[in-house]
Amino acid sequence: MAYVGIVLISHSPKVVEGTKEIIRQVNQDVAIELAGGTDDNEIGTSIDKILEAINHADKGSGVLLLYDIGSAKMNAEIAIEMAEGNNIKMVEAPIVEGAYVASVEAGMGKSVEEIITTLEKNF
Amino acid sequence: MDHLQVNHVYQWMKITNDKIQKNKEVLTSLDQAIGDGDHGINMARGFQEVMNKLDAENYEHVADMLKDIAMTLMSKVGGAAGPLYGTAFLKMSTRLKEQDATYKNFSQAITEAVNGVKQRGKAEIGEKTMVDVWAAVADQMSKESHFSAELIVNTAKEAMESTKEMMATKGRAAYLKERSVGHMDPGSVSSFYLFEALAEVIAEEG
Repeated sequence: MAYVGIVLISHSPKVVEGTKEIIRQVNQDVAIELAGGTDDNEIGTSIDKILEAINHADKGSGVLLLYDIGSAKMNAEIAIEMAEGNNIKMVEAPIVEGAYVASVEAGMGKSVEEIITTLEKNF
Repeated sequence: MDHLQVNHVYQWMKITNDKIQKNKEVLTSLDQAIGDGDHGINMARGFQEVMNKLDAENYEHVADMLKDIAMTLMSKVGGAAGPLYGTAFLKMSTRLKEQDATYKNFSQAITEAVNGVKQRGKAEIGEKTMVDVWAAVADQMSKESHFSAELIVNTAKEAMESTKEMMATKGRAAYLKERSVGHMDPGSVSSFYLFEALAEVIAEEG
């Protein structure tokens, strides 16, 4: 059974790159795909980038999206509506801490729903 | 004007884009006061991309045009305005699919746009957002039976100005709480330009 994939969405590419670095120190197996910044890597978020990240992160067991402020949440919602895979969900949690916990849980083989429950309990 | 046609929507977007390019600094400084200061740049980029798209394509139906406008705004604006304006145009497109944009249909399309923006942004009337302008226009239009430039521009202007004294509870401005009072909401101002442009198209047609 494949691991749940994680998509990190931030207004800044550096935020998601840094968050991924922190996660990779403890977990190398779970797919972590990044959607930081606009199409031109300016500050903002991009539906196209999020969609692409979802497609890469989806290994068959679903994908969990974490996001930061403002437009990130709305663009994540739109991307989920447009995405073709099953079991693609988003969860409200602090992006760094939330992504870390989500990756650890995903690495333990937890489902999207189980990870969401853990995050909602923790944050 | 009996119904809105493809050339009218083209003019609507062209005039909107001109207004946004001309007032880019106004939108930016309003947004610097209560937000992250990117509304002018984002809207200018997004609507320029809309014009590039419309100039490159030929449209038969208003709904197809509105859909392309929606998708372009969603992917090119960058800030929160992208998904919100994008949703507004997408809802209008859906309502007008395979229909003529008669007054009644168009008025209902604006109402659908308001519902979509409310849902997407989790915002209601009176929260100092673009919803205030869109909802006021939709409400007044639904009470009429023909296109009226004056009704649209006056309603939009009044609604835009009313956001000045409101306290924001949605978007970045909400973090400022009472300090958001005293500045017009940038999204309401850009929405005003959009409706002012629509009114100009209607007035031109007579």
